[in-house]
Amino acid sequence: MRDASLVPVIAAQGLGLTFRTADGPVHALKDIDLTIHKGEFVSFIGPSGCGKTTFLRVIADLEAPTEGTITVNGMSPGDARRARAYGYVFQAAGLYPWRTIEGNVKLPLEIMGYSRAERAERARRVLELVELTGFEKKFPWQLSGGMQQRASIARALAFDADILLMDEPFGALDEIVRDRLNEELLKLWARTEKTIGFVTHSIPEAVYLSTKIVVMSPRPGRITDVIDSPLPRERPLDIRDSREFIDIAHRVREGLRAGHVDD
Amino acid sequence: MRNLLPVLTVALALIAAWYVAVVPMNAQWERDQAARAGTELAFGDLVARTMAQDRPRLPAPHQVVAELWESTWVEERHGRRGWWNTGSLSNRSLVWHGWVTLSATMLGFLIGTGLGVLLAIGIVYNRAMDASVMPWAIASQTIPIIALAPMIIVVLNSVGITGLIPKSIIAAYLSFFPVVVGMVKGLRAPDAMQLDQMKTWNASGVQGFLKLRLPSSMPYFFASMKIGIAAALVGTIVGELPVQQGGLGVRLLSGSYYGQTVQIWAALFGAAILAAVLVGIIGWVQRTTLKRMGLAQ
Repeated sequence: MRDASLVPVIAAQGLGLTFRTADGPVHALKDIDLTIHKGEFVSFIGPSGCGKTTFLRVIADLEAPTEGTITVNGMSPGDARRARAYGYVFQAAGLYPWRTIEGNVKLPLEIMGYSRAERAERARRVLELVELTGFEKKFPWQLSGGMQQRASIARALAFDADILLMDEPFGALDEIVRDRLNEELLKLWARTEKTIGFVTHSIPEAVYLSTKIVVMSPRPGRITDVIDSPLPRERPLDIRDSREFIDIAHRVREGLRAGHVDD
Repeated sequence: MRNLLPVLTVALALIAAWYVAVVPMNAQWERDQAARAGTELAFGDLVARTMAQDRPRLPAPHQVVAELWESTWVEERHGRRGWWNTGSLSNRSLVWHGWVTLSATMLGFLIGTGLGVLLAIGIVYNRAMDASVMPWAIASQTIPIIALAPMIIVVLNSVGITGLIPKSIIAAYLSFFPVVVGMVKGLRAPDAMQLDQMKTWNASGVQGFLKLRLPSSMPYFFASMKIGIAAALVGTIVGELPVQQGGLGVRLLSGSYYGQTVQIWAALFGAAILAAVLVGIIGWVQRTTLKRMGLAQ
C-alpha cells in the first residue's frame, strides 16, 4: 500500500440496472464506470430518477445490478454487506420510537454481537462525536429533526465500517440546520477517515462536502461528469464565497443542464 | 378524569330513559290486576307498582342493583351456602357464576391470543400461509357461534373432554380472530426503509423479528387483545348455555326459563361489569407497557 488515496474501495465497470415493470423495462442505471478511493468524500448529484439513490443501494447490496460488475472492498456487495463493510444513513432518521437515543445507537451493535461493555463504550463515543452527549436517555420524539438525523449518523458510525453511505440525509432539514450538519459532517469525516458516498440534490451541499462530485442524469440513469474538487480538505463555511467554489458549482450546474432532457 | 362528567351525564340520561320506559312496559299487568280486583288505580300508585313487580317485563334499575347486591354480597355473607358460612362460594351467587365464566374466558383468551399470534407470524413469514389462512379465518367468523357451540361441546364430550376446556375453546374461537388481524397488521407495520436498515446490518430473521417487527406490533397487539377478551367473554357465555354447569350464561338461560327478568338483567350487568373490568385491565397494561416503551407520549 503506497498511498492510501490510491486504494480503490468501490469499483464499478459497465454497471447497469434495469427494473422490469408493468410498463416495460426502466433503465435505472446504464454504463456506470466509477472508482472511489479510500478516504474520498464522493457526492452523487442529479435530478430525481437519475439513479443516484439506486447506485448507492447497489453498493449496499439492497439492489442487484443486471449488467456489469461492482466490487466493494474488493468483494461482491453481498459479501461486503455480510462483512458489515458499510454504515448506511437513510433519508429519514428511522430511529425506533421505543428505544432511547442510546438504545438506538446500540441496536446494530446488539445485532452484531458486541459485548455489553463494548456497546456502552461505543455508544458513548459516537454520541460524543455527533455532539449528542447528554441526550442518551431521551426518546427520539423528544429531539429535533436535526438531532434525530445526527443520532442516525452516530448509529451508522457505531460499528467499524470504513464506508459510510448517506442517502440525502439532510434532505428534510431546513437550510440553517443543514449548514451546521454539513460542517459537522466534514469534521467527522476528517476525524474518522472514512470513505463517504453521499447522495444529494443540492449543488452547494455537494460542492462544499465533496472531494469528488459525480453528476448524473436520468433516462437512462448515467454519469455525465465526474469532478475532482480542487478545494482543500479543510473547509470553513465561507469557502462557499470563494472563486474556486463558484467555478465548481458552475461546472456542476452545466453538467446537470447538459444531461437534462425536457420531455 | 376529564371525561368523567360526560360519561356520568350519558349514564344518568340512560337511567332516566330506562325509568321512563319501565312504566308503560309494566303498566298493563297492573291495570289488569286492578280491573280483576275491581279497584281504581291512581296514576301515582300505578307508577310506584310498575317499579316493584316480582316478574316485571322490564325491571327498574334499582331492582337490578338490589338483585346484584343480593346475589353477591348478601348471598356470600349471610346465605346458608355462602362463603362466610361454608368457606366456599355459593352456587347461587353471581360471584361463583362470574368466576366460572371468568376462568373459562381467561383460558380461552390465552389460547385464542396465542393461536392468533402464531397464525399472524405464519401469515407474515410464510407465503403459502399468507395466501391461504386469512380467508379461512374470516370464514370461521361468519358461522354463527350459537350454532357452532353445541356441536363443539358434543364432539369434545364424545372424546371425553368436558368442563372448562370446551367452553374455553369456544371462547378461543372468537378471540383469536381480532388478534390475527391486528398482529398481521402490526408485524407488517415496519416500512421498507426499516427492513432495508436491518439488511444493511446483516441482521438475521430472528433478530429482525425480535428487535423490529415484534416491538412495532405492540400497539396493534393491545388494541386487538381488548376486542379479543370481550369476544372471549361472549364465547364463554354462549358455550355455557348448552353445558349448564354454572356461569353467567346459565344464569341468563335459567332466568328466562323461569321468567326471572330481574335475574336476567342482573346476570347481564354482571357480564357487562366483568367485560369492562377485563378490558380495563388490558387498557392499563397497554398504557404502562407503551409508556415504558416510549410509544405513549
